[in-house]
Amino acid sequence: MSDRIPGFSTLAIHAGAQPDPSTGARVTPIYQTTSFVFDDVDHAASLFGLQAFGNIYTRITNPTTAVLEERVAALEGGTAALATASGHSAQLLTFHAMMTPGDNIVAGNKLYGGSINQLNHSFKSFGWEVQWADATDPASFDALINDKTRAIFIESLANPGGVVTDIAAISEIARKHNIPLVVDNTMATPYLCRPIEHGADIVLHSLTKFMGGHGNSMGGILVDGGTYDWSSTENYPMLSKPRPEYSGMVLHETFGNFAFAIACRVLGLRDLGPAISPMNSFMLLTGIETLPLRMQRHCDNAQKVAEFLESHDKVAWVSYAGLPNDPNHERQQKYMPKGGGAVFTFGVKGGYEAGVAVVTNCQILSHLANIGDTRSLIIHPASTTHKQLTEEQRAAAGATSDVVRLSIGLEDAEDIIADLDQALAAIDG
Amino acid sequence: MMVSAHDRYSDAFIRDVLDGTKTIAMVGASANTVRPSYFVLKYMLSKGYRVFPINPGQAGKEILGQTVYGSLADVPEPIDMVDIFRNSEAALGVTQEALVLSPLPKVIWMQLSVRNDEAAKLAEHAGLKVVMDRCPKIEYGRLSGEIGWTGVNSRMLSSKRPTLKAGFQHRGLGGKPTGS
Repeated sequence: MSDRIPGFSTLAIHAGAQPDPSTGARVTPIYQTTSFVFDDVDHAASLFGLQAFGNIYTRITNPTTAVLEERVAALEGGTAALATASGHSAQLLTFHAMMTPGDNIVAGNKLYGGSINQLNHSFKSFGWEVQWADATDPASFDALINDKTRAIFIESLANPGGVVTDIAAISEIARKHNIPLVVDNTMATPYLCRPIEHGADIVLHSLTKFMGGHGNSMGGILVDGGTYDWSSTENYPMLSKPRPEYSGMVLHETFGNFAFAIACRVLGLRDLGPAISPMNSFMLLTGIETLPLRMQRHCDNAQKVAEFLESHDKVAWVSYAGLPNDPNHERQQKYMPKGGGAVFTFGVKGGYEAGVAVVTNCQILSHLANIGDTRSLIIHPASTTHKQLTEEQRAAAGATSDVVRLSIGLEDAEDIIADLDQALAAIDG
Repeated sequence: MMVSAHDRYSDAFIRDVLDGTKTIAMVGASANTVRPSYFVLKYMLSKGYRVFPINPGQAGKEILGQTVYGSLADVPEPIDMVDIFRNSEAALGVTQEALVLSPLPKVIWMQLSVRNDEAAKLAEHAGLKVVMDRCPKIEYGRLSGEIGWTGVNSRMLSSKRPTLKAGFQHRGLGGKPTGS
């Protein structure tokens, strides 16, 4: 028994969680506390010096959040994880541990619009530059890398274009230049795709989406693959140099293959502060227990809706990797054979006005800016999530004016289809 | 298990090693409070092990209240485990020193990134257990569940109550693994 490797569904329920030792509570309790008492001054000193495992303050660690972290690390096949207040703050802490002013990130251009904003504008004020590569062309990453490049950043399944990224090919380029590959796996989840197995070094999530799955709690996480050798170059001083914050400790030497997650926690989270609430960790953990069941249903429903839209005369095109004729279908079969995810776009005939009309006409699908809810969601990116981008950036991100984005939920597929059918029928009206 | 390729160890094997050890001679123990060997020394002491630091440059002094010895042969008591905080090449000489002790140690443990297959062969031939490229602090923290408090993947699953030692945040290895 002891050497058996548990399956995905077993890990989704058990990884990281044991009965509470003081009460016997079987479900992980919500440790809604800011702080934890020390056994004695020596114990306190050991905790502050990172010499002992344990809790000090919920901004740094919390027992409910720790279960969430270990759970996701196990599901992704990583060595450790660090949960944060949102997916955006997981990105912030990841790049904070890698970048100094003047360094750059080479990022795929098919990213969530909020990530494009974060990299283009907020990160710029830290002196972190971004170079945009063509997410569908691995060679374009190679051409942009220079001696100041500290990370490659892509989404496994890009939002909203439905592009399945060739992780292994981009990983080869990252290895050639000895640069870590960071992969946002929010849209696929580890149920569909485990990027570390394809060469990713760090995996990021907005847990707000399919991982939590119920649209009730914000959260993010970064997973350390344990694969990158931070001491192999001088480029990552937070990991490879003595840290004045900890009396000259070298984090990579001390924590080995989970040093990146530790660095993001004890230097990033400690000092920048985007801690997740224990209540949110609890809600997200509850969601993750049913991730395999939900994600399969999301994909099955999305497949049916995509097939319906493809045959509709008011629909110009459907971009869903699960459709056999889709340009991403072959990569979907390689990287996420269980399904093409539940977020995809279609083009409605009639452009911007028709797109707005479809969204407005829906009665069951909700018009809102999120994905990965139990409920089916619909949005017109050009007038909402991608409004701040230039037309050129919108086109590059797959969000032109006729595009409608769907996040297919867990309702009966026939009801989702009927709602979209009446919404499309009412366009001309 | 005894003559395995040493690429991976079962949880049960590591647990038996840690459960069966009471005294540890730590070769290459440092008095510098931010060095990994100091961390491991402090942690293993807190878990109730007797630890003898071995460091010729510090012989006769104390680290964390423990007398430092110049060599393994100087330790006045039986040693269960020799924990090697030296490079892979030096691990052979340390192992040879360990194998002339009387009584013989039960375990040769080489730290993360330390691996010497020749030394391992010698020790196993003499009936010792060998662990290479692992850290006893990380393994203890993993098997007890403590390491999960820092978001580290312990790769352990259990529906049983964790074993508590004194204080609030102090776990032990407990009994045999269940469903791990």
